[in-house]
Amino acid sequence: MSAQIITVTSGKGGVGKTTATANLGAALAELGNRVVCLDADIGLRNLDVVMGLENRIVYDFVDVVEGRCKLRQALIRDKRLENLFLIPAAQTRDKTAVSPKDMVKLSDELRKEFDWILIDSPAGIERGFRNAIAPADIVVIVTNPEVSAVRDADRIIGLIEAEEKGPARLILNRVKPEMVRRGDMLGTDDILDVLAIELIGIVPEDEQVTVATNQGVPVVLNPNSRAGKAFRNIARRLSGEDVPFESLDGRDGFFGKITKLMKAGGQG
Amino acid sequence: MANSLTIKGVKDGLLIQVPEGPWDQALESLMATVGEQSEFLQGARLALQVDQRELGAADLGSLRTMLAEHEVTLWAILSSDDATQSAAADLGLALTLKSATNEPLDREASIDTEIVGDEAILIKRTLRSGHSIRHPGHVTVIGDVNPGAEIIAGGNVIVWGRMRGVVHVGASGDEEALVCALDLAPTQLRIAGQVSISPSRKGKPRPECVRIKDDQLVAEAWQVKREK
Repeated sequence: MSAQIITVTSGKGGVGKTTATANLGAALAELGNRVVCLDADIGLRNLDVVMGLENRIVYDFVDVVEGRCKLRQALIRDKRLENLFLIPAAQTRDKTAVSPKDMVKLSDELRKEFDWILIDSPAGIERGFRNAIAPADIVVIVTNPEVSAVRDADRIIGLIEAEEKGPARLILNRVKPEMVRRGDMLGTDDILDVLAIELIGIVPEDEQVTVATNQGVPVVLNPNSRAGKAFRNIARRLSGEDVPFESLDGRDGFFGKITKLMKAGGQG
Repeated sequence: MANSLTIKGVKDGLLIQVPEGPWDQALESLMATVGEQSEFLQGARLALQVDQRELGAADLGSLRTMLAEHEVTLWAILSSDDATQSAAADLGLALTLKSATNEPLDREASIDTEIVGDEAILIKRTLRSGHSIRHPGHVTVIGDVNPGAEIIAGGNVIVWGRMRGVVHVGASGDEEALVCALDLAPTQLRIAGQVSISPSRKGKPRPECVRIKDDQLVAEAWQVKREK
C-alpha cells in the first residue's frame, strides 16, 4: 500500500480548510479507503474538534516527531468510520516544533499503511504552510467566492508552483448560487479566470455544516446535506472517477455552465 | 563629449556615457545616479564611455570596487585614450562593445537591415499575487499579471494577456515609456513619476496602450490604422 498525500491549504484563514479535510477524509473512508487526517496546525488545532475526537487525544504529532511515543499510539480511530484515523496537532507548541523534513519522514511512515493521507494546513505562508506542503503529492486549495480569499489563493498557487508541487486543484467553498445569479457574488468563471487551475468541487453554503461542526460529526455523513454531497463528489473525483458537477439550484442552465467552466479551468 | 550622464541599454548590459568635466565631478555624478537608481541597476553589467579622458588603473580599480558595492559589475571601458585603454586592459576590462551602437561609422558599409534594439526580458508564465519583476530594460509577459503581482521596469511593459497587478514603467524617469496589454486593468499604473488608478471597465476588454500625453496618462485602444 502506498498512500497518496493530499495537503489542503488556502492562504487565508476561515475559508473551510479544516472542514474540507475532515469531510474529504470521511468521504474517502466511506468509499472503503484507509484514511488518516493529519492536523499540521500546531498550536491552533481544530481538526480533532471538527471530527469529534478531541476527548480521545493522548499523544499528538509533535510527540511522535520528538520520539515520546510510537506513531501507532498517536493514531486516533474515528468513532463511526473504522478505517478513518486522526493524528492531532499539539496545542501547547508552535509551528517551529516540526520541520518540513519531519513531515516527509512521518508521511513516508504512514504511506505504507494507508490509501490516503490528508494534511490540514494552517493559514498563512510561513513555516506551518511549508511543513504542510513538504510531503504533498496533491495540493488542494480551498477558497471562498470573495476577492480577498481568491487573492490569497493566487499567492499560494504561485508558492506551490515555485515548490514544484503543482498543479494545485481548487475547491470553491461556501458558494451561494442565489447571490451569484444576482451578480452579488463572484462567480465560478470570475475565479477560474484569475486562478486558472483545475476545479475539483463547488461546495454550496449549507447551515448543516455549522451544525455538523458543532456536533463533531462530518457533514458528509448527513445524506440530506448539499455540502455533504458536494464533498462526497470531490472524494470520488480525487479517486479518479468522472463525476459531473452537481446542479446547485435545481436549474438546468447552471449545470451546463459549470461543465463549460471546468474545461476552461482545466486548460490553465 | 556629452554634457550629462546618459544610460542606455545595449546588448550585453547598460552603457553609461560619463558627462564632460573633471573626473572627480563625473565620478560623483555617476555614483549619485547609481545610488539613486540602485533598485534598477542592481545586478547590471555596466560599460562606461569615458571618451578621451586619461585614467589610471587605480582610478578604474576603485571605480569598479565602488560599483561592486552597489552590486553593479563594470565590464568595459570605452576610451580613445591609450593610457586609459591599457589601464583598463590590465584590469581585465573589455575595451569595446560587441554591438556597434557607439560606433555608427563602422556600420556605413553594411546594408541597413539590422536594427539594434534595447535589452528586454521575456516572461512566459502567469505572474500571481506576490510575484515581482524588476528590470532596468523592457519587460514582455506572455500570460496574465494577476492582482497582487507587480512589474517595475526602466523601459516599456507589454503584456500579452490580462494586466491586473501594479505596473511601473519608465521607473528611472523615462516619460516616453508605455504599457500595452490585451486587457489593461491594472490595480495601479505608473509612468515615470505619474500615478493613476484604472477607471472601472466599460464593456468588453480590448487591447490598450497607456502613455503620457501633455503631462497626463492617456489610454488608447490598440488598433490598426488604415490610411488611404
